[in-house]
Amino acid sequence: MDIRGRNNVTVAGPVDGPVVVLAHGFGCDQNMWRLVVPVLAERYRVVMFDYVGAGRSDLSAWSAERYSALDGYAQDVVEVCEELGLRDAVFVGHSVSAMIGVLAARRAPRRIGALVMVAPSPRYIDDDGYRGGFSAEDIDELLESLESNYLGWSAAMAPVIMGNPERPELGQELANSFCATDPDIARVFARTTFLSDSRQDLKDVTVPTLVLECAQDVIAPREVGAFVHAAIPSSRLVTLPATGHCPQLSAPETTTDAILEFLRELR
Amino acid sequence: MCRPGGDPEQVGSGDASSEDAAFAALLEDSAEDLYDSAPCGYLSTLMDGTIAKINTTLLKWLGLEREEVVGAVRFADLLTVGGKLYHETHFAPLLRMQGELRGIALEMKAVGGRRLPVLVSSVVKHGSGGDPLLIRTTVFDASDRRAYEQELLRRSKEAELARAEADRARAQAEETRLQAEADRARLADALAALQQSLVPSALPAVPGLETAVHYHTASPDRLGGDFYDLFSLGDGRWAFFLGDVCGKGPQAASLTSLTRYTLRAAALHDPEPTAVLSVLDTVLHDRYAAGGDPRYCTVIFGTVTFTERGEAAVRLASGGHPPALVMRADGQADYLPTPGGVLVGIVPAATFTLAQTILAPGDTLLLYTDGLTEARTGPTRQSLFGDEALLAFGRGHASTSAPEVISALTGLMEGFGDGLDDDTALLALGVPRHPSDPRPGNE
Repeated sequence: MDIRGRNNVTVAGPVDGPVVVLAHGFGCDQNMWRLVVPVLAERYRVVMFDYVGAGRSDLSAWSAERYSALDGYAQDVVEVCEELGLRDAVFVGHSVSAMIGVLAARRAPRRIGALVMVAPSPRYIDDDGYRGGFSAEDIDELLESLESNYLGWSAAMAPVIMGNPERPELGQELANSFCATDPDIARVFARTTFLSDSRQDLKDVTVPTLVLECAQDVIAPREVGAFVHAAIPSSRLVTLPATGHCPQLSAPETTTDAILEFLRELR
Repeated sequence: MCRPGGDPEQVGSGDASSEDAAFAALLEDSAEDLYDSAPCGYLSTLMDGTIAKINTTLLKWLGLEREEVVGAVRFADLLTVGGKLYHETHFAPLLRMQGELRGIALEMKAVGGRRLPVLVSSVVKHGSGGDPLLIRTTVFDASDRRAYEQELLRRSKEAELARAEADRARAQAEETRLQAEADRARLADALAALQQSLVPSALPAVPGLETAVHYHTASPDRLGGDFYDLFSLGDGRWAFFLGDVCGKGPQAASLTSLTRYTLRAAALHDPEPTAVLSVLDTVLHDRYAAGGDPRYCTVIFGTVTFTERGEAAVRLASGGHPPALVMRADGQADYLPTPGGVLVGIVPAATFTLAQTILAPGDTLLLYTDGLTEARTGPTRQSLFGDEALLAFGRGHASTSAPEVISALTGLMEGFGDGLDDDTALLALGVPRHPSDPRPGNE
């Protein structure tokens, strides 16, 4: 199987640089990293990819069975690492990908030597003595939102994105990322992401880990960042002065700096 | 637009004053008022989403006061939780990446738990240095549109369900059809097996006798009611029979079976034809008529022994069956009368009379069921083939062999087409000519 094509693998930076894998979360594709890649790629070999079902991946490789569990996505990560022959790569996972990275590191310990967890949450739904920030009904509401937007999305958004005069190449990519995503696939990913419970998996993390949380993030609140940090003894917690769930977009410099600092310390 | 003059009197029209009032109102519609009271919601936020400015229209829709919003909450805080998730995972990243978004469907929270479906468009305003400064957002009330969309979705789901249901029903019908076909095939197999048990699969070879048989079943999926057999009695003696039971189908088959095996068993005990038919009559009567369910058959039973000269001596008796036809080597043909024979199984202790004939070389004895003589012929299929026509046929085909007689009759029956609507059995027994005795036709 052509893994590079299947997962739309792209690579930047010096061939002999230490490898950093950037993994996107639910809702977007590898374009999420576009603001941090230029700086990272000055010294590091940066590998990006789209999970099967997202972005410009091969949708024919998608199956509801495999991608209804985070392990299915972790398998994507392992297969990409194997395809590129990576060893001791630093895996940077945003949002749900932070947890996917934990699962991938457990599956292929020699491939992944360190983790950067950007705005991670091992469990989005509140539980006994645990506050994830959401209820099961909230997740249903998100699925509704997804549904109602795919109605207007294709018709209203495609021309806007496609017609972006300043950055036509961006428009093309975004159209693929956001407009062409099969609503059924998005629904499966949303359910898998927001209904997952990976709290028990955190204790298996033994590699050096950086937990990057945002000061204000409705999806991964501060309590959750603290929970992740506490559950992984080998972790360091850095709170970015950023708002929202996507610091790599809202505060790209700060985010990049934090990642670079962690990378330097690994050496 | 430039309005000339300015003196109402110069216009001299009664409508002038109202036009003036409208024009004055237009002039007074300041940009600020246009913003605040626009028919859509406006808000501006800092890049972190904190609301910096919001118009009165949107505040009214949401039932909020300006003070509790401006500088106090972020745009995402005004959304439902699902909308908030959607905002964080799709809306905000996309807006950051392309600087503009249009027509995103979200729901806002209004006071009292009311939800306001809206369509949101946002654009990022950049400073002179290209830095993103703030986000301008317009909000349209999409209650009607959302209701319409949900109706569309509902209908589309219903259609989807209906289609799935139809597919399921079609698959089920197909399965039922296949099952029915399989059942029919299995039944046909069973019927064929049963039918084969009612007649011998092949006639035994009888030294000194040429034999031929033909069985026509009127309907392939129905059991025939005709039967025949030819079997050895030992010591060079042979027995044969051919008959027709009343009715068709499984019950007739059961009657046929009983008849056939009774005849065979009785013949081994005492092969005298009248005695054999008497036994059959007793058995059938006891089995059926005595129980109030009269069933019967017509049958000719006979035996063959051979003379020292190679002739076949035939003794036969008939129970209500059409008489056998004897075709002679010299071209003559006649029925062999079997008077007094009654239907077998109707009356207890029926008696049967014996008929005899000698088959010389070249002679043939033909037994048949009434499917042949009652075949409908003629252009309108209204007349019957009949005894006379069969006799004429016999005379026309006398001096041929048993296989040739059956072959000729089979050809004749094929010509009847759908006029042959009943089962028909034919059995011919003939003594071969001496090889040294050439047939008349071959001279």
